[in-house]
Amino acid sequence: MTWTAAARVVDLVKTYGAGNAQVRALDGVTVDFVRGEFTAVMGPSGSGKSTLMHCCAALDTADSGTVQLGETRLTGLSDDELTRLRRDEIGFVFQSFNLVPTLTAKENILLPLSIAGRRREPGWFETVVETVDLGDRLGHKPKELSGGQQQRIAVARALVSRPAIVFADEPTGNLDSRSGAEVLGLLRRSADDHGQTIVMVTHDPVAAAYTDRVVFLADGQVVDELRQPDREQVLEVMTAMTAAQLAAGTD
Amino acid sequence: MLRAALKSLLGRKLRLVMSTFAIVLGVGFVSGSLIFGDTLNRSFTALFASTVGDVVVRPAGAGDSMAPSTVTIPASLQPNLAAVEGAARADGNITAVGVYVIGENGQPVGGNGPPALGGNYSDAPAGHGLEGLELVDGRMPERTGEVAIDDLTAEKAGYEVGDTVPLVTTTAVPEMEVELVGILGFSHGGSLNGATFTAFDTRTAQELFLDGEDAFHDYWVTAEDGVTQEELRERVAEVLPDDLEAVTGDEAADEAATELLEQLSFITTFLLIFAVIALVVGSFLIVNTFSILVAQRSRELALLRALGASRRQVKRMVLVEAFVLGLVGAALGLGLGVLLFIGIRFAFAQFGLDLSTTPMVFSPTTVLAAVAIGVGVTMFAAWLPARRTGRIPPVAALRDDVALPETTLRRRFGIGSLAVVAGGAAIGLALFGDPPKAGYVLGIGALAVLLGVAAASPVLGRPVVAGAATLFRRLHGTVGRLAGQNLQRNPRRTAATASALMIGLALCTTMAIVGSSAKASVDEAVAENFVGDYVVSNVFGVGFSPTIAERAGKIDGVASVSRIRFQYTEADGEGTVVQGVDPATLTDTLDIRLESGELASLDHGRRVLVSAGTAEERGLTVGDEVSIDVPAGEGDFTVSGVYADNPLLDEAYLMGLTTFTEAGWPEVDNFVFVGLAGGADRAAVKEGLDALVEKQAMLSVKDQEGLAEEARGPIDTMLTLIYGLLALALVIAVLGIVNTLALSVIERTREIGLLRAIGLSRRQMRRMIRLESMVISFLGALLGVVLGLVFGWVLLTDLADEGLQVISVPVGQLVGFLAVSLLVGVLAAVFPARRAARLDVLEAISTE
Repeated sequence: MTWTAAARVVDLVKTYGAGNAQVRALDGVTVDFVRGEFTAVMGPSGSGKSTLMHCCAALDTADSGTVQLGETRLTGLSDDELTRLRRDEIGFVFQSFNLVPTLTAKENILLPLSIAGRRREPGWFETVVETVDLGDRLGHKPKELSGGQQQRIAVARALVSRPAIVFADEPTGNLDSRSGAEVLGLLRRSADDHGQTIVMVTHDPVAAAYTDRVVFLADGQVVDELRQPDREQVLEVMTAMTAAQLAAGTD
Repeated sequence: MLRAALKSLLGRKLRLVMSTFAIVLGVGFVSGSLIFGDTLNRSFTALFASTVGDVVVRPAGAGDSMAPSTVTIPASLQPNLAAVEGAARADGNITAVGVYVIGENGQPVGGNGPPALGGNYSDAPAGHGLEGLELVDGRMPERTGEVAIDDLTAEKAGYEVGDTVPLVTTTAVPEMEVELVGILGFSHGGSLNGATFTAFDTRTAQELFLDGEDAFHDYWVTAEDGVTQEELRERVAEVLPDDLEAVTGDEAADEAATELLEQLSFITTFLLIFAVIALVVGSFLIVNTFSILVAQRSRELALLRALGASRRQVKRMVLVEAFVLGLVGAALGLGLGVLLFIGIRFAFAQFGLDLSTTPMVFSPTTVLAAVAIGVGVTMFAAWLPARRTGRIPPVAALRDDVALPETTLRRRFGIGSLAVVAGGAAIGLALFGDPPKAGYVLGIGALAVLLGVAAASPVLGRPVVAGAATLFRRLHGTVGRLAGQNLQRNPRRTAATASALMIGLALCTTMAIVGSSAKASVDEAVAENFVGDYVVSNVFGVGFSPTIAERAGKIDGVASVSRIRFQYTEADGEGTVVQGVDPATLTDTLDIRLESGELASLDHGRRVLVSAGTAEERGLTVGDEVSIDVPAGEGDFTVSGVYADNPLLDEAYLMGLTTFTEAGWPEVDNFVFVGLAGGADRAAVKEGLDALVEKQAMLSVKDQEGLAEEARGPIDTMLTLIYGLLALALVIAVLGIVNTLALSVIERTREIGLLRAIGLSRRQMRRMIRLESMVISFLGALLGVVLGLVFGWVLLTDLADEGLQVISVPVGQLVGFLAVSLLVGVLAAVFPARRAARLDVLEAISTE
């Protein structure tokens, strides 16, 4: 909202495991995410896209390099400070298990606000609910909702606290194409109508086609970028990347 | 956030019921004992208030002990008292202990516990105009051969006005038959709490209890309207000679009530100890439950962390749940406490203490205690698991398989060992040092050791679990291996579950060892020291008429008869026992050895012998003076000898019988030892003795073996009672096992689904759970038995100087405990195993 740039990553490195089993998930990643844009991060499995998102979203800490959200540097922040960031400035949509099973849809949507102890903005909640089009299901528990409906509730939750940036990790991964299209359309509308910055990790070219920009990762590094992509362009890049990988593998 | 906490609590109702159970039980015990204590208090306070006059005139110093006395006040004092200004009337009272009404079934009513009283009939009102015991049916006794009895006793014995009633007394007339002419009662409710009262006319009472003297034990002076007790007391005191004193009714009632309640306080203490045990065992259950719940909800909690909930918020959620749980448990526990009170009251009524007419006292303190304990214990137990929620990484919300990071077991082992060492030191201090409140120090030390072993148990249990795993693999193949691995996967949880059982069994084992040793010691003590042939006594040492000994001496074949009498009193300010013995005949039947001085010195003068133990404790030697409270007033006695500790004679002071009687104690025997002449006909003598005590229903004639057997009786009763109470703690522990297993099944749903999908049969699944359960209970039992052996040995060392000379370990019983634990394991697994076997495979695999 009052940030100069949405998110900036400089030379990020993250490794897992030790010795022989060590994996270099991020190998010096530098990328910017622009405010108000709907960006996708893509790559084959093992490319580090999820790890990148975790580090940007204050869920995990990198080994070296910097992450900056707006004017705040994430490196060196205490757990309490990271927690506050997640509470007030970041929104999440996960692939599965987004909702607390014992709360109703409405309570799930308002959860971040109740954690922060903040009152909801009058009118905004109604707008969000209208945007996700689930006004008649607010009293239901998650197990009474379909997968697509659950994801839409999750999106509503991500939006309701008006975070500076929303991170979505394969939000349509478990959905059929119709529900998926609904959720993606929803994200698109938030970016267009409300200027919400969204960063989405995905492996689906159809999903990528909804975004303003796609960043491609492979082996822990940024290898390519597309603006205003359509499905075919994305597929092309992905195929090329896969072929390169195969070739490297058979050497 | 609060709402989220409450909602998640309600969403898992079934799982929380079990842990609430432990709290309910513990709080139930506490509130039950508190209610009982309060009711007991009020009951006796009320009782004593209605059995004293406005002013009581009695021999000086008599109020210091409740012991009966033979010191009297002449009847000639009565007109002087009645003439005092402000006195409405003055009545003399005679009260004697040991007048038993023999019921229709031939058994005496009461007498074991509450006293069997006899006295004169008096219609004087009680203090403050309270209704005392008064005639409710028939008329007052007017001549010898007539009596009035209190209503409850008459009812229990089965008599009505006009019936002939057999009585047994401790006087020179040990048996008599009288006509029941009246029934006494408290017309406005109230009762004697199980004591019995038989009223004679004054003249007959004087003949029976005061050797015919025209005197009384004490006087009641009733105040006129408008005169306070204190005012009257002052005026009465003025007309009294020096050897008498006047006290207000309030003061006398207070004295009597305080002393009695002090003696009965052991009941409340007893119950509270078991409450503590139940709560300690229960805490394990709660810690476990909350640990599992936290582990189960890690994904949910991780999600909340990801959404920005701070560590503290998440931790607070768990604690709020614990708070609500504690509150619910406390409320239910109070209800259980009321039920328990009713049960305890009923149980005591069987032993003669009758509280049925006192309404239950339910004070705000009880409610406060229940809530404080319920909430306190639950939150305390949930604190550790709650803390662990802080360590859930938020990124765990995105992963499939959440494993809570665990601190090393080494730290736990270290803390546990420290606790054991500290506890051991405390126990050592309590045993060999002489700290104040040694009992509490011992108890706390034992608790520390128990908790320390529980903390260290994951490490201690490892060899057992590993051994079991190997055994299972050999016996049951793959299923066995899986079971073994499951146990080793989470040593904390295995050990925590077993620990609850461990505590229960440690206590049971200790009791078994102490009980067995006590009985063995009794046998040995009797065998070593009883050199006579027969003894006439009552198992509780209740006194009986001295004519029994006289008549016994006249039986053909009896060479020697020796009486022993005893009373509780204070010597040099400390409670003790004084025993009256006949120096001429004592050694005929008892093997008593003198370390210094002579037994014969007791035949006259104010002399006492002191036991070696007492002499050492109080630094006494021959020639020293001891101040002993006797009914004739406090007096100095000279130590004229020290006798070697003898279990049959207690650590006490010995007086000659003459001195004993001169001191003012009644001529009532407690034991009569009989020695036969050489060549006497044993059977005939036994027959003669039996005939003597036939009408004295509480007495029996025993030889050495019979004496030992009778002495073992109360030990067995005590053990049964303790086992009964421990059983409740064991129930909690077993429930803990069931709980843990059930929750771990739920936790492993996906894994179980997978196993079933690839071919594990239902039967094999059940067996897997069952094997796990058996190991857990066996581990708990093994640790418990070992700890119990250690505690038992420690306790016996402490009690060795109180008569427990022999250490006897009931190996059979202990092996039995271990065997039963395996059975318990099988039973505990029934419900969780069925649940695991019945899981729908597809549903299980796709569970979140």
